[in-house]
Amino acid sequence: MPGGGIILTSMDALADWSRGQSLWAMPMGTACCAMELIAASFSKFDFDRLGTFPRPDPRHVDVMIVAGTITKKMQPAVRRLYDQMAEPKYVIAMGNCAVSGGIFYYDTYSVVRGVDQFMPVDVYIAGCPPRPESLEDGVLQLRAQIRTRSMAEGRSYDRDLALPGLETDRAGTTDAVRPVGDTPLAPRSGAGEKL
Amino acid sequence: MTRVEGESGLEYLRRKLCSVYPDLCPLFSIEYADGVLLVPREALHGAAVNLKALGFERFGFVTAVDRGEYFELVCRLQSAEFGAGLFLKAEIPRDDAVSDSFTDLWPAADWHEREVYDLFGIEFTGHPDMRRILLPDDWVGHPLRKDYHDDSVIPRPDYI
Amino acid sequence: MAVEVESTRPVIAEDGRRVDELVVNIGPSHPSTHGVCRIITHLDGEVIVKAEPVIGYLHRGIEKMAENRTYLQVVPLTDRLDYVGSMYANWAYCRAVERLAEIRVPERAEYIRVIVCELQRIASHMMGVGSSGADTGAATAFIWAFEVRERIVDLFDELCGSRLTYNYVRPGGVSMDLPDGWIEKCREVVKWAPERLLELDALFFGNFIAGERMKGIGVLSEADAIAWGASGPTARGSGVLFDIRKNDPYSVYPRLDFRIPVGENGDCFDRSRVKLLEAIESCHIIEQALDQIEPGPVMTAGLPRLLRPRAGDAYDHIESARGSLGVYLVSDGSPRPYRMKVRSPAFCNLQLLGKLAPGHTVSDLVVILGSLDPVFGEVDR
Repeated sequence: MPGGGIILTSMDALADWSRGQSLWAMPMGTACCAMELIAASFSKFDFDRLGTFPRPDPRHVDVMIVAGTITKKMQPAVRRLYDQMAEPKYVIAMGNCAVSGGIFYYDTYSVVRGVDQFMPVDVYIAGCPPRPESLEDGVLQLRAQIRTRSMAEGRSYDRDLALPGLETDRAGTTDAVRPVGDTPLAPRSGAGEKL
Repeated sequence: MTRVEGESGLEYLRRKLCSVYPDLCPLFSIEYADGVLLVPREALHGAAVNLKALGFERFGFVTAVDRGEYFELVCRLQSAEFGAGLFLKAEIPRDDAVSDSFTDLWPAADWHEREVYDLFGIEFTGHPDMRRILLPDDWVGHPLRKDYHDDSVIPRPDYI
Repeated sequence: MAVEVESTRPVIAEDGRRVDELVVNIGPSHPSTHGVCRIITHLDGEVIVKAEPVIGYLHRGIEKMAENRTYLQVVPLTDRLDYVGSMYANWAYCRAVERLAEIRVPERAEYIRVIVCELQRIASHMMGVGSSGADTGAATAFIWAFEVRERIVDLFDELCGSRLTYNYVRPGGVSMDLPDGWIEKCREVVKWAPERLLELDALFFGNFIAGERMKGIGVLSEADAIAWGASGPTARGSGVLFDIRKNDPYSVYPRLDFRIPVGENGDCFDRSRVKLLEAIESCHIIEQALDQIEPGPVMTAGLPRLLRPRAGDAYDHIESARGSLGVYLVSDGSPRPYRMKVRSPAFCNLQLLGKLAPGHTVSDLVVILGSLDPVFGEVDR
């Protein structure tokens, strides 16, 4: 239709802007960062004024905030919850442990060194733990990303294919998602001691 | 028997232990303000029964230390009467890592023994539910042993 | 709450009727006030027949990591154990190191440790009482509790730069002295807090609904509390009068005058209320310590940069907000611990869930879990 391209791109832009204004978050808080996440959602730092509201159910949210160390035992649960989120979905890795393993990078046998080993991450927030203001800054950065990135690109299973150690089928179902190769995730148990 | 004025909790414990259970007396020592009762593995459960009767109603923890040729099983008991804690230690041979469970005396020992099994591989006979607690069920190996090897571990560089 | 139905297993009752037992899996991700705990509940209708907590979802191997770090480098790891109360987690570890290395801590450092530990106790109990509020639906109580916690955390922010994991109490003392004006600010907070805590008490514990939801739920008898190794508010809610600060005093607690609140019925209401009353007592302790503190050094003079304690072992415990938190250290004379074991009260208290839950409904299960106040960094280490 004549002039249709302009209308559709404006509507697209409007949709992208409005999605960023109301990002409901799933607080995937496992460890210390969860305390700062809770503090961020309460009166003093209040990220409800940014539109972000903590919802415990993955099907109701746009963004999963992974706050805390993810261990190998916890990793399938987190991945399953990520898969249960509806498109378009985003992930904020909050805290050093979620970004890279943090203080638990060395000498530990049971920690996944960073959430991006098994999930595509949009915003990394460093800190141990990051202040609630940093988390709010992260939400604002995610908003800026959403505004500049259209809903049509960056669907999660395309981004999964780009993950170095992750194998998934086209539909991105959980059953097929398993780590391969020599990533620290792959050998889940010790190679040595047998009882 | 009651505490004498000016007597420390550990001295009172030694006095009472030696009078009520004289065969345990030579195995008891006070090292750096901590009471230690070092018993052979077979006598561990019997000693625990006696200590509970003596007044150690609180179970602190049970853990193990990998000493190379053997595991040192360390059990901490607490008593309000003596106002002191006591280490009950035994040596468990590495190739026969089995011990008696304390759960019949103190139900609190339940998860502690599961943790020792999980991290060291020492099995406790008589435990109602001997399986891993902290690591996933299909984990191979016992991480807190000194010879545990895992390819996924990145050792910390030695800075000092 | 991520509740998934796992299986329905029919059972034939004696009179030939078919009775289905439902196995419902709760967690490990549920509204994260308590942390990552998975509870496998077997239900008969709505009533729990068996509840089995599965832990280990936050097992980071801190005890193994400690074997490859010097005694000072382990202190930040202990921060992450009980992350709601880093100050006293640091302190328990430092006491074990000082016992092993036979270090005497200067008096000012002991007073500072008591002050920050009691402030931390108030902050931790605000988390505990608040999450009891969240479990019973009183979200306002949670947010009011956090107001007190935020003011205390601001004090800590000014003291050592961090809001949550402080790395402040070090072997031999504390890492830095109190900044100028901190004592006055602390006095202000501690004078303001009891009134707010009493308001919170009236708002939450004086409410009819909290009584209905928490009284008579998860009753723990005194004998069971001792046999099952419960400590802290979990045991004191059942009437067990045992507090390490009084029964096995350490640091400068013998010079301070305070009372220990103890419950009667051993239900969730008493366990949570004991926490609030303890927080009020902590305010009195802090006031006395602020009056008694004298200028002086805050770190033992002449400590080597690399501590090499004697070969041997040592155990020391303190009264943390969750109970008796102890650290057992084994040393072989080298600058790194040979074995570090943390006796965490939350791990010991959490075993009670399998004992307290049967006979209640799933909604009561959440309240019971909240009243046991687990912090999974400490449970799983």
